[in-house]
Amino acid sequence: MPINSPLSPETRALIKAQLSRRGFIAGVGGAGAVGLLAACGTKGAKSTAAAVVDASETEKIVRWANWTLYLDYDDKAQNYPTLEAFKKSSGLDVTYKEDVDDNNTFYGKVAGQLKLGKDIGYDIVTLTDWMAGRWIRLGYTQAIDTDGVPNKANILPALANVGFDPGRNNSLTWQTGFAGFGWNKEKLPQGVHSLDDLFAPANKGRIEVLSEMRDTMGIIMQYQGVDPSGAFTEAQFMNAIDFLKGKIADGFIRQVKGNSYKEDLISGDAIAVIGWSGDLFQLATENQGKFDFAVPDSGGTLWSDNMMIPSTSTHRKNAEMVMNYYYEPAVAAQVAAYVNYICPVEGAQAEMEKINPALANSPYIFPDATALSKVKVFASLSPDDETKYQSAFQTATGN
Amino acid sequence: MAFVAAISKRSSTVRGIKRPSTPYLLLIPGLSWLAMFFIFPLFTLASTSTQTAPEGADTGTYVQTFRLANYIDAFVASREQFLRSIIYALIATLLALAISYPLAYAIAFKSGKWKNLLLVLVVAPFFTSFLLRTIAWKQILGNEGPVVTVLRTLHVLGPQSGLTASAFAVVTGMTYNFLPFMTLPLYASLERIDPRTLEAASDLYANGLTTFRKVTFPLSLPGVVAGTLLTFIPAAGDYINATLLGNPKTKMIGNVIESRFFEIVDYPTAAALSFMLMAAILILVMAYVRRAGTDELV
Repeated sequence: MPINSPLSPETRALIKAQLSRRGFIAGVGGAGAVGLLAACGTKGAKSTAAAVVDASETEKIVRWANWTLYLDYDDKAQNYPTLEAFKKSSGLDVTYKEDVDDNNTFYGKVAGQLKLGKDIGYDIVTLTDWMAGRWIRLGYTQAIDTDGVPNKANILPALANVGFDPGRNNSLTWQTGFAGFGWNKEKLPQGVHSLDDLFAPANKGRIEVLSEMRDTMGIIMQYQGVDPSGAFTEAQFMNAIDFLKGKIADGFIRQVKGNSYKEDLISGDAIAVIGWSGDLFQLATENQGKFDFAVPDSGGTLWSDNMMIPSTSTHRKNAEMVMNYYYEPAVAAQVAAYVNYICPVEGAQAEMEKINPALANSPYIFPDATALSKVKVFASLSPDDETKYQSAFQTATGN
Repeated sequence: MAFVAAISKRSSTVRGIKRPSTPYLLLIPGLSWLAMFFIFPLFTLASTSTQTAPEGADTGTYVQTFRLANYIDAFVASREQFLRSIIYALIATLLALAISYPLAYAIAFKSGKWKNLLLVLVVAPFFTSFLLRTIAWKQILGNEGPVVTVLRTLHVLGPQSGLTASAFAVVTGMTYNFLPFMTLPLYASLERIDPRTLEAASDLYANGLTTFRKVTFPLSLPGVVAGTLLTFIPAAGDYINATLLGNPKTKMIGNVIESRFFEIVDYPTAAALSFMLMAAILILVMAYVRRAGTDELV
């Protein structure tokens, strides 16, 4: 395998096919947004604020919102080693906050300010594909200047041109990952490989599932034989909702939540979850291998989180320096060695050989075609369907 | 309104007609605060609550169509959580009253030199964040925590059952979190009771129970009313306890509003639910205050 191309051609074609399927709606949505401007809705219309003036030269800061357990962390020094190195070399003061627990909640918090063009307090936000698509569609992001991010060329070819952001002009993949099953190996030595294993009677009341609709529903739908990346019907989606409702009514599911399921796994309140690959591997490392992760036999989901510069940021150039730094293969490998998610940077696999040869062969960080054949990317939803399905999901989970 | 009348009456008698505007000037900061942070948002909320999404619009876009049926739809979809919120808040309020009354009584009448220290202890939990205290409860009552371990050893709880992620934990958490709101008004009204009225009762051969029933309790009623209102109102709208200590079957109306607003980006339904919650609380409180016969307090 050539060093600068960690994914086989078949694999690349596969990711590309899955990512572009979600793309079709972006074009439709873009046209819709223009119509909306004319309709003059009270909320959500394109940001009308004047273009911001970049103050990167005078204010040497970058404020970055990311998900928890998503950057290499040194417990002893209580800091992020790669970020510390960047601060030293660049002279920039980077404020890194684990402020995203859920795409929707984060959006809800900042949507009002974005619309009014008021600073949301961040220069980089890291959001999942479908939410990134919404931001770009609504004009809530700034174009990334390629001259400021020469390392952008290192992005995996499969991720370089996605439907929601053709040419990656407004976003750059941070990490990609799987949703599947996580479990406590002491309580469940036999592991969790299917929804039947997950909802085994012995686990009753100690199971948690993700509040990210696309991941939880994507896994249930595949268990029911429905492809969530394809053109599934409303009835098929509602079937999966009924399955979820049943498990909640019977008291199997303890809670439905975002990243915070990891605290319940540590405390022992939950012993099996629908969770994210990297989270579980990190938890395992931090807890003497107590936890494990597997993609469901019937199929898991694949998603990506993307770095974007909000339209309200006045530190675009500084933000681009951060992005460029994390697209250096050696740095990307260092991050991947900690977060254990799929690394989007070409050349990182070769760098990983130097850090940890075992991880360089991990199908969860550098997946091959076999690993990718077991996962699907949830289909793009029109705004109407998104509201309808999200509403059904929220109602099913007690809200 | 009674408050305004009382002030203006006093100023006109004390100062005559010389500067009748002073009390109104004093009200300006408070009223403008209310106008900015209560009245104005209230209008926005009312306007949002009757909007609808135009066909094909992007997520979160709504236009005004004065659709009042939004309220009916919202109520029908969430009546279960509405009822649950009222019931949980009611139980939490009664529990808080049962715990606080003896506590406030002891501090007011029996604590002697410890009085100030005890009062500080009642308020002390406020020095840490509400969120942190609730998360602490999660640890204390957790499946592998001390309480459950002891109860399991004593066979009070089965090996599979726990205390968190249950209605019990949600109500317990609310009771704990709002306890100071109950204790302080109770203490204030008990502390004001003239000890001579109690002496008079015993002089007239009333025993301890009768004295409490006929003298102490009626005199402490303003505290009971204030305390129950201060506990019930925030408890009914609370969602933190249900989020952290509950399960999908113990969600309260606050959770629904949060999910409608943040997760579904359905602002009109969230606004309609907020309005209905406000109206429901207002009606319940008015009926309660009327029945308690303490209108002049509110």
